[in-house]
Amino acid sequence: MSDPLNTFRTEAEEHLCTLESSLLEMEEKPNDADLVAACFRAMHTIKGAGGMFGFDDLSAFTHHLETAFDKVRNGQYPVTPELVSVMLDAKDHIAGMLRHPQQSPVQALVGQSLLTRLNKIIPVDAIALEKAAASQKVERKHNIETAFRIRFTPCSSALTDGFDVVPILRELRSLGSCYVTTLAAELPELRELDPESCRLSWDIILITEQSLDTLKDTFIFVADDWQVNIEKVDSDLSDVEHFDYIGEILVERGLITVDQVNNILETKPKTGELLRDSGLVSESDIVAALSEQKALRDAKERKSEAQDTTVRVPASRLDKLMNLVGELVIVQARMNQLANSREDEEMMSVTEDLDRLTVELRDNTFSIRMLPIGTTFGRFRRLVRDLSRELGKKIRLETEGAETELDKMVIDRLGNPMVHLIRNSIDHGIELPDIRAAAGKDRTGTIHLSAEHAESHVVIHIRDDGAGLDTTRIRTMAIERGLIGSEQKLSDEEINNLIFEPGFSTAQEVTDISGRGVGMDVVRRSIQDLGGQVTLYSAPGRGSEIKITLPMTLAIMEGLMVAVADERYVLPLRAVEECVEMQQGERGGQTSSKRLVEIRGELVPYMRLREWFGVEGEVPQIEQVVVTRVGTDRFGFSVDEVIGQYQTVIKRLGKFYEGTVGFAGATILGDGNVAMILDTTGLIRAVETEAA
Amino acid sequence: MANEKQQAVEAALIHEPLQLLTFLLDKEVYGIDISQIQEVLEYRKVTPVPRTPDYMLGVINLRGNVVSVVDLRRLFDMHVGHISVDTCIVIVDVEVDGEKTPMGILVDAVKQVITLSGGQISPPPRFGSRIDNRFISGMGKQNEEFIVILDLPRVFSQEEMEELIDTAQFAGAASLEEATEGDHEPGEHPG
Repeated sequence: MSDPLNTFRTEAEEHLCTLESSLLEMEEKPNDADLVAACFRAMHTIKGAGGMFGFDDLSAFTHHLETAFDKVRNGQYPVTPELVSVMLDAKDHIAGMLRHPQQSPVQALVGQSLLTRLNKIIPVDAIALEKAAASQKVERKHNIETAFRIRFTPCSSALTDGFDVVPILRELRSLGSCYVTTLAAELPELRELDPESCRLSWDIILITEQSLDTLKDTFIFVADDWQVNIEKVDSDLSDVEHFDYIGEILVERGLITVDQVNNILETKPKTGELLRDSGLVSESDIVAALSEQKALRDAKERKSEAQDTTVRVPASRLDKLMNLVGELVIVQARMNQLANSREDEEMMSVTEDLDRLTVELRDNTFSIRMLPIGTTFGRFRRLVRDLSRELGKKIRLETEGAETELDKMVIDRLGNPMVHLIRNSIDHGIELPDIRAAAGKDRTGTIHLSAEHAESHVVIHIRDDGAGLDTTRIRTMAIERGLIGSEQKLSDEEINNLIFEPGFSTAQEVTDISGRGVGMDVVRRSIQDLGGQVTLYSAPGRGSEIKITLPMTLAIMEGLMVAVADERYVLPLRAVEECVEMQQGERGGQTSSKRLVEIRGELVPYMRLREWFGVEGEVPQIEQVVVTRVGTDRFGFSVDEVIGQYQTVIKRLGKFYEGTVGFAGATILGDGNVAMILDTTGLIRAVETEAA
Repeated sequence: MANEKQQAVEAALIHEPLQLLTFLLDKEVYGIDISQIQEVLEYRKVTPVPRTPDYMLGVINLRGNVVSVVDLRRLFDMHVGHISVDTCIVIVDVEVDGEKTPMGILVDAVKQVITLSGGQISPPPRFGSRIDNRFISGMGKQNEEFIVILDLPRVFSQEEMEELIDTAQFAGAASLEEATEGDHEPGEHPG
């Protein structure tokens, strides 16, 4: 896992992803300098790291790319579609070399031809190559942060001369993180103070990527009159473990000697105060030194933070953590119950703290696993681009809701089915430009990809404005393949959904794009495996839309606990809108299992869980109706009692109950018993089907 | 096909002594290979999963995991007994779709662990047993007592599960009809 070579590979792959997405975006926005810079950075990093790990061919190849691309960055050559194409191919080539560092002769030829293509667009001569390499080195050096100690004392006439200190400080601040201490030791007593003469001096620690020369430039106008002293602080910022002691700093500043410090240290350990008391250094000097200490410490902490953000952890460890947190939440709920039943004030205050911590821990752990779905969108962009070119179609990919977060596991497993669906849209959905024009449509087709949160689900739409599904042909083929009988009467929607049946391909000829034997049935199965659903809508001539509904597979959710007879059930709180009481007389009309109740003048359909679950016994006089909202519709569930909010750890029902209609899982209650978690949408659908 | 399998089982049984956990189901003795058994629990409240076949009793909490419990009496169409102090839930490991899943089976009483040598085991009877002979991997005999050795993977096999799902849908519809008349509850065991 911690094999540096693997780390390099994963990181290089990430950089390749960045490179790809930037290139694709660049195609749309050729003048965006940031994108060019992003590409350049990605290539540069790959080249550098590749060389370090012995991927010499890769490094050399990337170097050529980089050199050519440098000219684009300098504005010597424009970004053209051809350039993007070559670069994309080159990116794939790099990916290949990453997998097989020992270049095969074929690979070498591919690389050669790519460079020739590139050379035609951007001619590079040998001298430029050298130069580019050299300039890289210089640039690299500058990226290292250095701490500078700047001490300046304006001449006493500075204020009357019209110089102000503030702009200088401001400029220094803009260069990096700046810690300023004002030294007022020279300031006379108030009654002797001449407001027009400047007696202050400043001590600044600046941590910056800029060079010493840049800093000197700041003082260019006053350098002659003011006392300005800039020097590099000799502290290794990358050494995170080692904090500088104030004594060391004072010594380095030449205010005291090492011996003096050591003498003091022998008597007592509080260095700063002792030094001040001993009169060796003035109070303000200590303050300034302390501020330097703080500056260096902060810089180091920042560094270690930056390191934290890129920690790689195997997913299995996160799963384990998640399980443990789940257990903790259950234990905590049990504890709560216990504390409440004992009416022990002290214990209750402890459990409250524990409660808060658990919730925080839970949310944090969970957020680690959540990733924006947009991470996969980049992959689709490339797919759309490449395929549409290959097929001679013009397609634009629009995305929406890329920030929608989903469990990483779900995202990983969603990739392939999504690729398949998008491929289908490109291949079968969107028509050729001429056909589109003839039908009065924009020559460029659109595939719209969107993701959003809806109740406890994430809904993904893949919509295209293509030809839609050919229902007649699907029907014919379904009959040919024996999926349906020739006499069978089916609605258009039912027929369209036949494409999800095993072994169905609707393309006239089997293209290498979608008709490769893996049908839509695989797509449906993979999505069902994730606990999701796929639905297809199609309007002939106007396009089709595929809707994927996925549970967020939150291992934990906020629930509302209710009771029906002796059993307790949990509803996802997210879906709940309100709870209302219902007297026996108010129970409205009934059509099979679907009933109606009047809530503030509005008729809301509801189902009686007691009845649906086949529970024996008397219906209580007063029932509670939990009203949920699905999209724009409201639907109620009548229960015996509403118990309250409950932090629910979702447990899978296991193989034997998986897929049981109306249940999303189970949870373990504080008393150790199990309660079923209701799948409200599933229940509503079941009731509606039955009522229909 | 079934014959081949039985012969294989037989062959395996003859060569190696078999350790069985024996238990009672409606006064008859049944046995399960102990390698398939995880643990034996005292009866505890089973949370019913509504609208599923009645032999699927529901779920229990096994140290933080949700485990399904099957009532073998109902599965084998036997007379449904009452919960007594002897009633146990035997947790077995079954392989479903190539995935090991723990599963609870409700038995009237657990007897003991016995060791049978190959000679004490005979192939399942072709007919005359109370339960479907597809579910029996062999008949053991010890001290003049017959032990029906269950083929658990077979009981919970894909095929049977599919049948189960079909019945589930059927039972779901049926229980609704009954429910509208206001009776019937799948889990009849009092806690």
